[in-house]
Amino acid sequence: MSIMVKVEEKLYQNRYIVDESRPHIQIKSVEACQTCEKQACTVCCPAACYSKNETGGVTLVTDGCLECGTCRVVCQDKGNIAWDYPRGGYGISYKFG
Amino acid sequence: MVEKFDAIVIGAGPSGNAATYTLAKQGLKVLQLERGEYPGAKNVQGGIMYAHELEKIIPDFRDDCPIERHIIEQRVWLLGDDNYVGTNYRSEAFNSDKPNRYTIIRANIDKWWGEQIRKVGGLQICETTVTELIRDPSGKVIGVRTDREGGEIHADVVIMADGVNALLAKRAGLQDEAAPENVALAVKEILFIDPELIQQRFGIKEDEGVVIEIMGKVTKGMVGTAFLYTNKESLTIGIGCLISDFKNGSCPPYRMLEDLKKHPVIKPLIEGAEMKEYAAHMIPEGGYKAVPQLYGDGWMVVGDAAHFNNAAHREGSNLAMASGRMAAETVIELKAAGKGYSASNLAAYKKKLDDSFIMKDLKKYRELPGIMHGNKQFFGAYPDEITAAAHNWFTVDSVDKKTKEKQIMQSFIKRRSVMGLVGDAIKLVRAVR
Repeated sequence: MSIMVKVEEKLYQNRYIVDESRPHIQIKSVEACQTCEKQACTVCCPAACYSKNETGGVTLVTDGCLECGTCRVVCQDKGNIAWDYPRGGYGISYKFG
Repeated sequence: MVEKFDAIVIGAGPSGNAATYTLAKQGLKVLQLERGEYPGAKNVQGGIMYAHELEKIIPDFRDDCPIERHIIEQRVWLLGDDNYVGTNYRSEAFNSDKPNRYTIIRANIDKWWGEQIRKVGGLQICETTVTELIRDPSGKVIGVRTDREGGEIHADVVIMADGVNALLAKRAGLQDEAAPENVALAVKEILFIDPELIQQRFGIKEDEGVVIEIMGKVTKGMVGTAFLYTNKESLTIGIGCLISDFKNGSCPPYRMLEDLKKHPVIKPLIEGAEMKEYAAHMIPEGGYKAVPQLYGDGWMVVGDAAHFNNAAHREGSNLAMASGRMAAETVIELKAAGKGYSASNLAAYKKKLDDSFIMKDLKKYRELPGIMHGNKQFFGAYPDEITAAAHNWFTVDSVDKKTKEKQIMQSFIKRRSVMGLVGDAIKLVRAVR
């Protein structure tokens, strides 16, 4: 899992204002992920927010989210991701961008 | 009583800033809403800033705009496994008192824009996410709803500058979700390093900058490019590929970036630098054919939200600033003529775009995205063959030059066949003419 460690190290450098218990992205149906062959979100997400879990589904943790929108684009054929912006002022806060 | 403005601009990126500033400068009552903690907090750019479009909006921007370095040298590198073939263009003429291109740090520029907007009387409010457009029974956009308490605000016209995700237009049914082959995902890092080292490694003086645009093996056969830019005290390095390719592949974007940083020709340039931020952003790559509806009753869309990006020339922020300015000028002209902001009146915005470099350039390259997406050899086989050919040619080993030529030709033919090579040449010409 050296790759996981690396992306966490990267995200650690970023500034986030976390909106406790109000994730701005949600998986709509657990079952839809379990029947999804590719689970491409687990590869495409630049912050590794999506990971395969032991039930054959996908676990989403939005804390490191960079708000790029890639997961929403990737999952549009399944439409299983409810994607919103965080509330004003919350989420990633780029110092440099 | 709901507060009412002449115009609301959503987003404080290059296009929204250009629109807001232009409107405020002409005395219009304009409100700019930004969801970030401060202007720039949600923005990501490589970044190269082109002076010409900014100059049109703020002629004396050089007085206090926090640019990094002006660019005197442009390198284009094709990377193999452990080598590169490249071209450089460097000129003393770029050391003029009004340079054409600068490296920038996006957040610094957007904070500066915020000050400029305040100076001309524009109102910029941050930490406010617009949740939806408000429309009257006829469908005309008459304002926005935000996530603030009592967050309804009205305006005669709304300019959507909310970036590549363009959620508002999508939610209102004014735009479709972008197809995975029409958007790239780019990741980048900013690496801080002693400016002396930057100057030594890139052969430049203080304030002078180098940009390296990169193609080849580092994108692992996917349609994509990478870059390395010199800032004052930092380097930015990034890589991006079409989302359709990431989706079909198995390499996460951050691993691709790590591999780029470890590449034998890149590593010595960034060695010893300290990473201070990791960013990701989507880039509209679909070109002319992916441009959505740009205006309607009471609304216009500008910048990345309008899919304005010239991928072939790596131009985005200048199209953003220009489209923001044109949308604002359309509003100013209609107001002066005492006309409203109906779809038929706002068609003047589209006319401005059509008559400008924005639509002309996008149209010129309209076939490029489809051809690149459908012909991965330009990102896999060719970088391989070209770098291998260079290695063969520049290795002196007592093989006669005619034999070397033959070996190189045969290698290309083996990879692509004669007809394949001819076909690729035709495709390339079609893509750019």
